[in-house]
Amino acid sequence: MAPHEAVGTASGLPTPEGMQSIVADIGSDQRAFKNVPWGKPMMWIFLVSDTFIFGSFLISYMTVRMSTTVPWPNPSVVFSLEMFGENVPLLLIAIMTFVLISSSGTMALAVNYGYRRDRRTTFWLLIATAALGATFVGMQAFEWTKLIQEGVRPWGNPWGAAQFGSSFFMITGFHGTHVTIGVIFLVIVAVKVWRGDLDKQRPGFLTGRRGNYEIVETMGLYWHFVDLVWVFIFAFFYLW
Amino acid sequence: MSHGDAHHAAHAEAPAAAHESGQQHPLGVYFKIWGLLFVLSIASYLVDYFHVQGMLRWTLILVFMFLKAGLIVAVFMHMMWERLALVYAIVVPPLLLVTLIAIGALEALYTHDTRGVFFGPTQAAPAPVRH
Repeated sequence: MAPHEAVGTASGLPTPEGMQSIVADIGSDQRAFKNVPWGKPMMWIFLVSDTFIFGSFLISYMTVRMSTTVPWPNPSVVFSLEMFGENVPLLLIAIMTFVLISSSGTMALAVNYGYRRDRRTTFWLLIATAALGATFVGMQAFEWTKLIQEGVRPWGNPWGAAQFGSSFFMITGFHGTHVTIGVIFLVIVAVKVWRGDLDKQRPGFLTGRRGNYEIVETMGLYWHFVDLVWVFIFAFFYLW
Repeated sequence: MSHGDAHHAAHAEAPAAAHESGQQHPLGVYFKIWGLLFVLSIASYLVDYFHVQGMLRWTLILVFMFLKAGLIVAVFMHMMWERLALVYAIVVPPLLLVTLIAIGALEALYTHDTRGVFFGPTQAAPAPVRH
């Protein structure tokens, strides 16, 4: 008699492809999101909730802009800067966009060098990202100061629809707060990388779990999201 | 807690294996996307600089916006290399915002018309300008 023996049980069943893989992953025991560290889905779920926050802001902005009977101030003129005796439209906003995209690039490189365990390069790339982020916040502070001096308030402004001020301060304020928190978060991660906490798998201050370079990628997700939100703000608030 | 420690100890023996699951891609991909994001940003800035107006302006803004957003999510946030279960769990729920956009737009048009009726000039009111 041939023994009823299951062979090849050392590995799992072959993983299905496409839509079937989603069903298999979600329906599987213990963990749905395979091959990712737990921190990554956690950060993603937070980012989805943040998407709804910024989505609600931008949709309320759309609603007030569509419903006002007073002309909307022209952002191209409002955010122009005097340069060499000429009025360049949206100059500061364009520079801010490039600063933020550059910071996204250095962040992506930091994640890559982190997984290569290149401590020094990762540290300097994270610091560069934080510096670019701080530059962005500084330019935003300059922009707020300029607009407040010109008379923009949440309840009115000299150029048109009163809702311009409230939308502007609410949307860019929340985004600036996110960038500021990101800069602090970046410096903390950079210090951990520099001290070698992640190489020595030293636990963080809020957790007993061992440190590893996956936190650089999780940090990166947050930072890229901040850049992503700016893409939408740039398109809908400044260009529209 | 002792159970947790044992769990960690088991993992600590094979940290290299655990890290191989991390996203590791050639640097060139990031530099290319970085450059592409710059080009797309310049393009969307030029839309404003050259005062492109009307339907063409909105179309161009939206196209450049979605391209930039897509590149950031797909490459910088590594979505194109994740398993489909994670991709769908994250990308599909925000599509609900389309419903909110539709509700917001309906409400805004109604408010605009109502303002035209109640706050507009009483005689020979011209049709309210839609923005």
